[in-house]
Amino acid sequence: MSVTQPVLSVRDLRVEFVTRRGVLKAIDGISFDIGKGEVLGVVGESGAGKSVTGSAVIGLIDPPGRIAGGEILLSGMRIDNLPPEEMRKIRGKRIGMIFQDPLTSLNPLYRVSEQLVETIRTHTNLAAGAARKRAIDLLAEVGIPAPDRRIDSYPHEFSGGMRQRVVIALALCAEPELIIADEPTTALDVSVQAQIISLLKRLGREHGTAIMLVTHDMGVIAETADRVAVMYAGRIAEIGPVRDVVKNPLHPYAKGLMGAIPSLENDTDRLVQIPGSMPRLSAIPPGCPFNPRCPFVFDRCRIERPEPVQHSQHRVACHLYDQSPVRSEAVA
Amino acid sequence: MTERPYVEVNDLRRVFDVSKPWLNRVLEGGERQFLKAVDGVTFDIKKGETFALVGESGSGKSTVARMVVGLLPPTTGEVIIDGVSMSSRAASGDRQRLRRRIQMIFQDPYASLNPRWQVDRIVAEPIRAFRLIEGERDIAARVAELLTFVGLHPADGKKYPHEFSGGQRQRIAIARALASNAEFIVCDEPTSALDVSVQAQILNLMRDLQDRLGLTYLFISHNLAVVRHMASRIGVMYLGRIVEISDGRELFSHPKHPYTRMLLDAVPDVGMTGRQRIPVSGEIPNPINPPSGCTFNPRCPLANQRCVAEIPALFGGVACHAVHEGRANAHAA
Ligand SMILES: Nc1ncnc2c1ncn2[C@@H]1O[C@H](COP(=O)(O)OP(=O)(O)O)[C@@H](O)[C@H]1O
Ligand SMILES: Nc1ncnc2c1ncn2[C@@H]1O[C@H](COP(=O)(O)OP(=O)(O)O)[C@@H](O)[C@H]1O
Ligand code: SF4
Ligand code: SF4
Ligand SMILES: [Mg+2]
Ligand SMILES: [Mg+2]
Repeated sequence: MSVTQPVLSVRDLRVEFVTRRGVLKAIDGISFDIGKGEVLGVVGESGAGKSVTGSAVIGLIDPPGRIAGGEILLSGMRIDNLPPEEMRKIRGKRIGMIFQDPLTSLNPLYRVSEQLVETIRTHTNLAAGAARKRAIDLLAEVGIPAPDRRIDSYPHEFSGGMRQRVVIALALCAEPELIIADEPTTALDVSVQAQIISLLKRLGREHGTAIMLVTHDMGVIAETADRVAVMYAGRIAEIGPVRDVVKNPLHPYAKGLMGAIPSLENDTDRLVQIPGSMPRLSAIPPGCPFNPRCPFVFDRCRIERPEPVQHSQHRVACHLYDQSPVRSEAVA
Repeated sequence: MTERPYVEVNDLRRVFDVSKPWLNRVLEGGERQFLKAVDGVTFDIKKGETFALVGESGSGKSTVARMVVGLLPPTTGEVIIDGVSMSSRAASGDRQRLRRRIQMIFQDPYASLNPRWQVDRIVAEPIRAFRLIEGERDIAARVAELLTFVGLHPADGKKYPHEFSGGQRQRIAIARALASNAEFIVCDEPTSALDVSVQAQILNLMRDLQDRLGLTYLFISHNLAVVRHMASRIGVMYLGRIVEISDGRELFSHPKHPYTRMLLDAVPDVGMTGRQRIPVSGEIPNPINPPSGCTFNPRCPLANQRCVAEIPALFGGVACHAVHEGRANAHAA
C-alpha cells in the first residue's frame, strides 16, 4: 500500500431512488477522497444528500434505493459491489459509525459492558477479561467518568452527551480505518457539542482514523474538519481546505451559505439571504441545480451542468470558474 | 420619570410536580418530587425592543415563554404587559383585550397550523375570532395583504400547510400572528428547525416587520449567534434562573458570569478567528435535585465555600459571588 493512498475514495458516485413518480437522483456524480487521519466535513442543507452519501459508503442503501454508478474504495479495495455478508464484516470492523441519535447504535436492553465486549470480541481475538479491560479503557478515552463502574449501566442511565461518548467508544472498538459520523452533535447542547467535537478531533489525530463528518452546521465543520465538501442537490458544489472554503468560498451557493450564518464577532443588519429553497429531487432544474436561486446566473447555467474544476486549492462546480467554451452537445 | 416598560416580568417562578403517581408512591415508596423549572426570573422589555433569553435545553426558556403569553399560570410572580397584570382576576376585560395583542411563534410551525385548513382560513382565524374586520371581502383583502407582507403570494392562501416548506410554514405562522394586529410576539426557537439559508430569510423578515410595525419581541433561542443578531438585550438562563442580563454587545464582548463565558467558549468558531478558549467541562445537573447554593458550582472554576452554601442574587446584571466579590476578573486574564 502506498503512503499516499486515501483511506476512502469515492468516484463519480450515483445513488437513485426508484419511486412511483420516477427515478430520483439523490446523489448525482460526486467524487472525493479522505486521507489517513483526515477529517472531511460534508455540509449542506437538509436533503442535499449528505446522509445518503454516508449510507452508500457503509453499504446501507436499501431498496428502493440503489447505487446506480461509480465506485467506492476503502484503502484501495472496492467495497460498493461486495455481497451483503462481506460488507457486514467491514462495517464495525473497518468502518465505524456514529449517528445523531445514539440510541440507534445502542441496544436499550443490554448493559453497555455487554455491547462493548461483544463488539470487541467479534472484531478481535481478545478473551472476555481482556475485552472488558479494553472496553473500560475506551470509555476512559472518550471521557466517561468512573468507567469501571459506569460500564455496567444501561444506555438510558447515561445523559445524551454521555451516550454519544459510549457510541464513539463502540465505533472505536475495532480500531476502524474510517469513521462515518452523521450529525453526531446535532441533538446535543452547545457545551456538550464542544466536548464531543474536541474528542473526535483528538481521535482522528491520535489513531490516524479518517473521519467523514456529516453535519448541516458550518461551525462544527470549521472547528473540526481539515477539508470540507459543500453539497447541494446531490452534488458537490465546492470542496477544498476548510479555511479556504470558510473564509473565501467561491461557489455562489457556498458564499450565500457562509453569509447567512449569524456571527458572534461581526454586526450585520441583514444576513445574506439566498432566495427560495433547495429543489425537491423530482424538480431539480436542468443545467446547474442552483440556477433559479443564483444571483450570478447566466444563460449557460440553465442548459449545461457545471463540472467540478480546480481553482487554486478548491474544486468548484460553477461556470463562473470554468473558462471552456459552451459544449454544443450539452444543450438539452 | 422613566417610561414604564411595555413588558414587566417580576420574580416569576414555576414549580412542576414530577412525583410518581400516588399509588406508586404508596406501593414502592418514595417522596413527592418537585422541579423548579423557573425560579425568580425578572426582566422587562421596552416597546419596540427585542429581548432575548438564551440557554441550553432545560434551562426554563419555554416555561417562561408560556407564562408570559398566559398559556401556563406561574406558581408565583407576575407578568404585566402594557400596565395590565396577566394574573390578576380583577380587570379581566383588559386582559381579554390584551390577549389579542400578544402572539406566540413556535419552533415547529407545522404543529401549530391546522393541517386540514387552507392557509387563508388559518390566517383569517384571529381576524374572525376577535371580530377585527367585518365582511368576507375585506377579510380576504386583509389576508392577501398579510401573506404578501411575509413574502408569500396571495394565491398561496388556497393551499394547505403540507404543501409548504418549513420556512414558508413559519411565514404562515407569522402572518397569522400579525393578523390580530399583535404588538408583542413571543418567539420560542422560531428558526431552530430551519436550515441556515432559510433561517436567514426568517430572521430578516422578523426584523423588517419590527421596523415597519414597531413590534416588541421576546426572542428565545439556544443559539448565541442568532440571539446576538436579533436582540438588543439578552438574559442568559441556567437551570431556571437568569445568571446574567445585559446589553447584547456588552454580553458578547465582556461576558461576566462564568457560565456565560463557558457558553461563549463552547460555540464553534465559524469565523475561524482562532480565538483562545477554555475547554468546557461537565454537564447540566439533574434539575430535580440541583446542587445547593449556586447551581453552576460543580462546573465553575471559581467556586468556593460560599457558592455551595448561598444562592447568588442577580445584582448589577450578574448572579455570581465571584463577580460581586471582584475576584472574577483575575481569572479572565
Ligand atoms: N428511502 C428514501 N426514499 C426516497 N428518497 C429518499 C430516501 N432516502 C433519502 N431520500 C432522498 O434523498 C435526498 C437526500 O437525502 P439525505 O441524504 O438524507 O439528505 P441530508 O443532506 O439532509 O442528509 C433527499 O431528497 C431525500 O428525500
Ligand atoms: N409540564 C412539565 N412537567 C414537568 N416538567 C416540566 C414541564 N415542562 C417543563 N418541564 C421541565 O422544566 C425544565 C425547563 O423546561 P423548558 O422550559 O422546556 O426549558 P427550555 O425551553 O429552556 O429547554 C426542564 O427540566 C423540563 O423538563
Ligand atoms: S453555474 Fe451558474 S447558476 Fe450555477 S452557481 Fe455558477 S453562476 Fe450560479
Ligand atoms: S456564584 Fe460561585 S459557583 Fe456560581 S458562578 Fe459565581 S463563582 Fe461560580
Ligand atoms: Mg442527514
Ligand atoms: Mg424550549
